[in-house]
Amino acid sequence: MALIEIKDLHARVGEREILKGIDLTVNAGEVHAIMGPNGSGKSTLAQVLAGRELYQVTGGEVVYNGKDLLAMAPEDRAREGIFLAFQYPVEIPGVSNMYFLKAALNTVRKHQGLPELDAMDFLNLVREKMKLMDMEQTLLNRAVNTGFSGGEKKRNEIFQMAVLEPRLAILDETDSGLDIDALRIVAGGVNALRSPERSMIVVTHYQRLLNYIVPDFVHVLSEGRIVKSGGKELALQLEESGYAGFGIEDEEEAVGKR
Amino acid sequence: MSSSPNTLENLATQEYKWGFVTDIEADAIPRGLSEDVVRLISAKKNEPDWLLDWRLKAYRHWLTMKEPTWANIHYPAIDYQDIIYYSSPKAKKDGPKSLNEVDPELLKTYDKLGIPLREQEMLAGVAVDAVFDSVSVATTFKEKLKAMGIIFGSFSEAVQEHPDLVRKYLGSVVPSSDNFFAALNSAVFSDGSFCYVPKGVRCPMELSTYFRINAKDTGQFERTLIVADEGAYVSYLEGCTAPMRDTNQLHAAVVELVALDNAQIKYSTVQNWYPGDKEGKGGIYNFVTKRGACRGVNSKISWTQVETGSAITWKYPSCLLMGENSVGEFYSVAVTNNYQQADTGTKMIHIGKNTTSTIVSKGISAGHGQNTYRGGVKILKSATGARNYSQCDSMLMGDQCGAHTFPYLQVKNTSSQVEHEASTSKIGEDQIFYLRQRGISTEDAVSMIVHGFCKEVFKELPMEFAVEAQKLLGISLEGSVG
Repeated sequence: MALIEIKDLHARVGEREILKGIDLTVNAGEVHAIMGPNGSGKSTLAQVLAGRELYQVTGGEVVYNGKDLLAMAPEDRAREGIFLAFQYPVEIPGVSNMYFLKAALNTVRKHQGLPELDAMDFLNLVREKMKLMDMEQTLLNRAVNTGFSGGEKKRNEIFQMAVLEPRLAILDETDSGLDIDALRIVAGGVNALRSPERSMIVVTHYQRLLNYIVPDFVHVLSEGRIVKSGGKELALQLEESGYAGFGIEDEEEAVGKR
Repeated sequence: MSSSPNTLENLATQEYKWGFVTDIEADAIPRGLSEDVVRLISAKKNEPDWLLDWRLKAYRHWLTMKEPTWANIHYPAIDYQDIIYYSSPKAKKDGPKSLNEVDPELLKTYDKLGIPLREQEMLAGVAVDAVFDSVSVATTFKEKLKAMGIIFGSFSEAVQEHPDLVRKYLGSVVPSSDNFFAALNSAVFSDGSFCYVPKGVRCPMELSTYFRINAKDTGQFERTLIVADEGAYVSYLEGCTAPMRDTNQLHAAVVELVALDNAQIKYSTVQNWYPGDKEGKGGIYNFVTKRGACRGVNSKISWTQVETGSAITWKYPSCLLMGENSVGEFYSVAVTNNYQQADTGTKMIHIGKNTTSTIVSKGISAGHGQNTYRGGVKILKSATGARNYSQCDSMLMGDQCGAHTFPYLQVKNTSSQVEHEASTSKIGEDQIFYLRQRGISTEDAVSMIVHGFCKEVFKELPMEFAVEAQKLLGISLEGSVG
C-alpha cells in the first residue's frame, strides 16, 4: 500500500524553480534512495516534504497516508509520523537534548492518543536507544547539537529517529561529513529501524552510503526531475560511470540547498 | 517565519493580565512638586526632623540637576509638575495594625495578582511586604522573623521604630545627590521596604516586596534598604505591576544594599510594570537606582533581574566591592517587545583586593523594541588581583528591533584580569523549523529557544520565581514571531 504518493510536484525558492515535476510513490516498508548531483533538487525535495516554508510549492500534490500532506503544518506532519534527519542539524543553546526530545516524543504520543511518558519511562527508553547508536549518555544532558562534532550531530539525528519511531523517515545526506566508522554506526542504527511498516527516503550524493543501507529502489534526480529509476544496481552503475555517464552535469556549487 | 495566522492573531491579542484598576478611595495630595510638598509628605509620615532635613537637602540639590540624556532611550519630556507625589489608599483608622484590618479591596487586589497576603495561604517560606501606590499595606510573617532578630517591614515603620539603623545606612550607598532620579526619590520617597538581618543570622525564608501602582497620574517613589550584618544571609525578591493606562507613569525607586563582613545578599527582581500597548502608548517610565556595597571582607551581593515590563527601563544594579575578597554578581534578562526601550546593565567597582565580579546579561528584542546593555567595570589601583568576567548576549526576533552593547572597562593595575564576551543572534527560522519538524508547535519552539537562551540567568532565581519568570517571558513575547 502506498504510504506516500508524490504527483507532479513543483517547488521554487524565490524566483528559482527547483522541483520541476517530481513523481514518486513509496509503499510501506520500502527504502528508496534519491541520488543526484549537487543542485539537482534532492535536499529541496526532502525539505518540501517536511514542510519547510522557505520553499513555495507551485504545483502538484502529495498524498500521505490518505491525507493531503501539503495542507499540513510541519509540526502536524511530524506528529503524523514524518521524520526528517537534517543534513545540517541546528544548534539550540541552553535547551537540553533530553528535555527537547521528551517534549517532542510526548507531543507525538499525545497526537496518537498514547499516554505521555514520565521522566523515568522516558529515561529507560532513551537508554535502550542510545545503545543502538553507541552514544554516550552525557550527550543527552548537553544542549541540542551545541558543540557537537559533525558525526555526533548525525548520530543524534538517527537517535532521535529511533526514539520517535516515524512511519516515514527522510534522511537528507546523512552520510556527508562522516568517516567510515561513524558511517557504519549511523547506517547500523538506520538498518535496525527498518521494518515492514516503516518507509524511508534516503537522499545522498554518493553511492557509499547505499553499501550500508541497501535500498529497494534508486532514483536519479537531475534538474528537478527524476530522470532514471531502478533497483539497487542503479547506484552501482552510477558509481562506475559517474553522473556524467548518465549525461548529467554535476555542478560543484550547491544550489537550492539550505 | 510563520505558523497558522489564527494562532498568531490569538497570541497577539493576549493582553497584559495585571492591568486592572482597584476602586479604592485614595488620600492623594495635589499634583506638582515644591518644598511644601516635600514637607507635606514628611509630615504625613510623622518623620523626625533629621529626615525632613535630608529630604529638603536632596530636593534643593535636585533643582540644580538636569535629567540625564546619555542613555539610549527616547521619550517626550517629563513634566515633573504634573505628577502626584503621594497617594495612599484611605485607611479606616490610623493604619492597619494587622492583616484583619487591611481593606478587603486591597487583599482582593493582591489575590488577583497571585500574591495572597493572608499568611495561611502564602507560599511557604516567603514573607511579603506589599506596597500599594505610596504606602506599605501589609507585611507577612513579621512576628516569626522578629523572633530571630530580623527586622522586615515598611520603610515608614522602620523610621519610627528603628531610627538609628535607618539614619546610619540611609543614603550611605546611594547618596541623595547621586543622580537626578535618586535625588528626586530622596526628596519625595513615600515608602518601601526595610530589612536588617543581625549578625550571624541566616534568614530562613525569601523576603519579598510587591509593588503595585494603582492611582492615576501618580509617581511611585519607593526606597528599599537592606542591611546584612556580619555573617548574615538574606535572599530578597521584588515584583511589580501596574494598571493599563494610556498615559505614562513615572517610577523612580532607590535600592541600597549593605553587606558587612562575610555577609551575603541575593536580590532578585521580576519587573513587570505595564509596558504600554502595541502602538507604544502608555506604560511605566522606570528610572531606578540600585546599588549594593560589599563593605566587609568575603561579602557577596548578587543581583538577578528579569525585566519584561515598563515602556522605558533605565536601571543599573551595581556593586561597590570594597571588602577584601568580596564578590559582586549581576544576572539579567531584559525583554523589549512592541515599542519598549530598555537601557540596562551594571557597574562593578573593584576597590578591595582580590575582589571578583561576574556579569551575565541576556537581552531579547522583538517587535520595535530597543535593548541596550550598558556596563561598567572599574578596577581601581587598590584592587590588586581583582577579576571580572562579563558575558553579554543579545537575541533578535524580527527585523524591526535593535540590540546595542556598551561595555566600559577601566583597569588601573596590572595584577587584575578582565574578560568580556559578547554575542548577537537572531532567533533562527531554521531553529524553529527544526523543533517543529519534531512535532513541537511554533509557540513552544520559540519559548524553548528563548528559555534556553536565558537559562544561565533563570537558574539564579529562587525556585518559585524562576517558574513565574519563565511564564512571564512567554507572555511578553507572545505573538512576536510571525
